[in-house]
Amino acid sequence: MKQVFKLFPCFIVLSIIAFTAGIVCASELDAFKGEKGVLRIAGGTAHIPVMKEVAKRIMKMNSDIQITIAGGGSGAGIKQVGEGLVDIGNSGRKPTDEEISKYNLSMYKWAIDGVGTVVHPSNPVKALSGEQLKGIYAGKIVNWNELGGEDRPINIYTRDNASGTRDVFWKKALGKGDISEKANFVASNGAMKAAVTNNPYAIGYVSVGYMDETVAPIALDGVIPTLKTVQSGEYMVARGLFSNTKGEYTGLAKKLITYLLSPEGQKIVSDMGFIPVN
Amino acid sequence: MLSLPVLESGMLWKILTDSWSPDHGRFGILAMIAGTFYIASLSLVISFPISLGCSFFMQITHKGIAGRLLKKFVQFMTAIPTVIYGFVGVFLLVPLVRDLFSHGSGMSILTAAIMLGLLISPTMILFFCASFERVPKIYTDAVDSLGATSFQKLLYVVLPQAWPGVLTGLILAFGRAMGDTLVALMLSGNSVMLPTSVLDSARTLTAHIAMIIAADFDSIEFKTIFVSGAVLYLMTGLGIFLARISGRRME
Repeated sequence: MKQVFKLFPCFIVLSIIAFTAGIVCASELDAFKGEKGVLRIAGGTAHIPVMKEVAKRIMKMNSDIQITIAGGGSGAGIKQVGEGLVDIGNSGRKPTDEEISKYNLSMYKWAIDGVGTVVHPSNPVKALSGEQLKGIYAGKIVNWNELGGEDRPINIYTRDNASGTRDVFWKKALGKGDISEKANFVASNGAMKAAVTNNPYAIGYVSVGYMDETVAPIALDGVIPTLKTVQSGEYMVARGLFSNTKGEYTGLAKKLITYLLSPEGQKIVSDMGFIPVN
Repeated sequence: MLSLPVLESGMLWKILTDSWSPDHGRFGILAMIAGTFYIASLSLVISFPISLGCSFFMQITHKGIAGRLLKKFVQFMTAIPTVIYGFVGVFLLVPLVRDLFSHGSGMSILTAAIMLGLLISPTMILFFCASFERVPKIYTDAVDSLGATSFQKLLYVVLPQAWPGVLTGLILAFGRAMGDTLVALMLSGNSVMLPTSVLDSARTLTAHIAMIIAADFDSIEFKTIFVSGAVLYLMTGLGIFLARISGRRME
């Protein structure tokens, strides 16, 4: 009993700290107080880690708000928000002028992201030149031993055409070069990571925010794709992460995007491995 | 019906025969048609003997406890969702095929066909069992008394007698193999190349529809999936038609 009483003051102090910390932290989320409703988000799969964290915090703060997050790729995100099927359509590329005028889109850029080539961690090949990468994806370099690796065929993985990740990789890393018909297709950044993790002879490309120790990044022309090199502009295969709304943003969508651009939202962005814009 | 605009625009032949390369404005689904056909047929080739053997084992040679146990297991297998087959394939079969043949990524026609064969065989086995059951007992007793081996019994008495049921089972299984999306999507690699070997990666029509519909609408890519659906329907129809004809011949 005595022990408990001894601990009691500590307890009070701790809870006061926790309480004040809670107030300070929650200040950015105050905008969501008293709100109610459903917010639908779909599109780019690179955005999902950040969107999930933001949604988790908002829904924890106010359980009357429901946020649903779906993937589908940048193309799908733009089209779905344009057709009014979702409130926020994420894209890992800037919507084209045609798309903007057709759907009257407003774009909100909240992060910068690199797209890096990845291989299995056991693969000895850790650096490629731009020409070599183009050769691999065009199907001209077919064996790892041509690059100093094992004598095994290279398994190419790519994304479907609606992917913003594919778009930037194709434009900036491959210079709009061909992608071999033999390439395997995967549907999201997560699936790409899983595919490369499970295949020692694979090559693929993911958003830098998705990279961890289960895949090994490939240095392109001597530059390893990391948060730092993308931020400094050394690593060129980069793009903005956008959230798009039909017309000006309003209601919950406006609040969510404002929160994303606030210091707290931008901290989530950098915690998840992307580069904040503010 | 929704494929009509594409059909009317005169692009049909092009779509049916061209290769798939949206970057170059080509939207052919020939590779997908071939992929569907190869995977479904190969899975049937793999699973038909297995199913026949299993049902014969359960219904004729080992009607006792072993047969009943196996039947319970097969019935249990029909209840497993396809996505589980897909996952098992991804984590067990894909690395195995990759290391065994050291060709490609392990996501291949063969992998998908093996898993698909496993998926469709319970349907077949249960159908075969039911039709074997309907073979009159006096026939099998007569063959037994003539001193025939069980293989002869299967070949000369049970199979001809139960043929219509066997055929129905085959048609159902073929339809299921053609129509299955998830196993093919997860295991065949989805490349858009015209496959040249069973170790090549391929894309089926169903997987193609699933991939495009998840990522796109309001584009030519999206319109071609209706043609894919129509082709799939025709292919299944043709399969059933051929099976029915051969069934009539047998009678």
